Amino acid sequence: MSRHIRLPRLLLALILMLSGVGLVIAAPRLNIEITGGIEAAQPIAIVPFGVSEGLVPPVDVAAIVSADLARTGRFKPMPTRDMLDMPSTREAVDFRDWSLLGMNNLVIGRVEPEGEGYRIGFSLFDVFRGNELASTSLVGTKAGMRQTAHRIADLIHEKLTGQPGVAATRIAYITSSGSGDSMTVTLKVSDADGYNPQTIVSSGEPIMSPAWSPDGRRIAYVSFENRRPAIYIQELSSGRRDLVASYPGINGSPAFSPDGVRLAMTLSKDGSADIYTLNLLSRELVRLTDHYAIDTEPAWSPDGRSLIFTSDRGGSPQIYRMSASGGAAERISVEGDYNGRASYSPDGRSIAMVTRINGAFRIGVLDTTRGLTRLLSSGNLDESPSFAPNGSMVIYATIHGGRGVLAAAAVEGGGSQRLSQDSGQVREPAWSPLIR
Amino acid sequence: MPVQSVPYMTWLALSLVAATLVGCASTPEPPPLPEPVAPSPTYQPTAGRETRTAPLESPRPTYAGPWEDPSSPLSNRTIYFDYDTAEIKPEYLPLVRTHARYLGSHSETRVTLEGHTDERGTREYNLALGDQRAEAVKRLMLAEGVLPDQMANLAYGEERPAAAGHNEQAWRLNRRVIIQY
Repeated sequence: MSRHIRLPRLLLALILMLSGVGLVIAAPRLNIEITGGIEAAQPIAIVPFGVSEGLVPPVDVAAIVSADLARTGRFKPMPTRDMLDMPSTREAVDFRDWSLLGMNNLVIGRVEPEGEGYRIGFSLFDVFRGNELASTSLVGTKAGMRQTAHRIADLIHEKLTGQPGVAATRIAYITSSGSGDSMTVTLKVSDADGYNPQTIVSSGEPIMSPAWSPDGRRIAYVSFENRRPAIYIQELSSGRRDLVASYPGINGSPAFSPDGVRLAMTLSKDGSADIYTLNLLSRELVRLTDHYAIDTEPAWSPDGRSLIFTSDRGGSPQIYRMSASGGAAERISVEGDYNGRASYSPDGRSIAMVTRINGAFRIGVLDTTRGLTRLLSSGNLDESPSFAPNGSMVIYATIHGGRGVLAAAAVEGGGSQRLSQDSGQVREPAWSPLIR
Repeated sequence: MPVQSVPYMTWLALSLVAATLVGCASTPEPPPLPEPVAPSPTYQPTAGRETRTAPLESPRPTYAGPWEDPSSPLSNRTIYFDYDTAEIKPEYLPLVRTHARYLGSHSETRVTLEGHTDERGTREYNLALGDQRAEAVKRLMLAEGVLPDQMANLAYGEERPAAAGHNEQAWRLNRRVIIQY
């Protein structure tokens, strides 16, 4: 009997091995550990949601909402054990109690059956004024309940901070295990809290530089599956992909333009590494830099008019800016002898990058109007910073306990967290755009 | 041979029988050496009955190429670099020239120049640096007479380290170009 089960698995494994690349499903998820918080975080009580008689929801919605808000570093959710009362209707709320407990805000809710799925209703209150700030209900499937909880967290976040939340977004990242001929590299996409990881590409050769399309539906990446680097664009919903660049030499650093029409990239087909743009509709390839030095890691400005990139034309790697149609480049990183892998914040006012300080590679955020760089990380080998789509946090790769893990840090002081797998290395995080 | 008297022959026969009897009780003489099966290399077939020779089967492995033979100077195929540079250090010039000479006299042989870096610095910059290192070796080989289509660059950057570890011991082994035949 077991043979009937084993044979197809063996065959599948063999096919995956032979093809070099395959689509695999199950994967270990990222564990999140909060490593720092903000002193000024707002106290908020998210009361466990009431549940209709006989209903057993697959997840604890209030716990997910609490964790999402805690991760932003801006909120300090009250532990459930400290709650004196657990109301799930407006009538049952006593605002004086919550006020005495020091809460600014209160969230209550209910989970009810709706067809094959659930209806989750919630209300957000201002405890001092005793008034309702938001009240709505969302309908979803059993499988989509975590995502519904993330949406609720984002609605609360937006109502209280004026900024959209990013709990319902995703992250793409690279994992690797083994080495040499037994190396396995995967490109995964998980929810922003590390849950629900799905492998979208798996290979025995390196995969690097995942980059989201602005609509969040496609990811461009570099794969060495044909024993040389090439750029692919893969549609997430279908798994279908196109080979978009496979020139002699390097094919690297893909970056979608904000309108999604062009893909900036690094090619070395004409000599040294230079920046090019490929029009994805007309397939027209335009060379933007022509320098014997290394020019790489292009990133678009939010308005799509200019590109920033890394170049060692001045002797050491630094960040330069040029028009998206090419031409003269001006250096914009001022401090330090190594600055690289820069990317704009969504509002275009700051730039996250890797910067070397006393031999340590750290994540710096450069304020482009004031010219000041602030450090967000404290490791020795931190790299690959990626802004959350609301600009509140930067996720990056770091080494912890000798292993590659991800870390996220709030741009405005304090909040930080670590995301790691139980085994293997994790690197090159890329935060998705807002998924509406 | 002189004619021998009968008594002598009789004595010889008797003593042979005795010797045989004694021999049966004692350790037998080792059997005579068999005739050699494989003829010596100098064996020359002569006219007469048909005679065949067979090669001696030798299961010893052979090297895929001289670059795999540890006793060949071509087996040194790795050029190591200093941090964040694609400059070939003078001590590696003889190594590159040895390969260039071999490739110059074997125009059908092709190599891939794999450019690697250590993990420090950003990944795509390191991919480009690996490409520069491979290109530096390629240029030197070209100057030594190797044909352009005998060589292909393959940049790996920091994606395929030779040594794990986050220290200089590992880093120095990872900053390399490998000449792959």
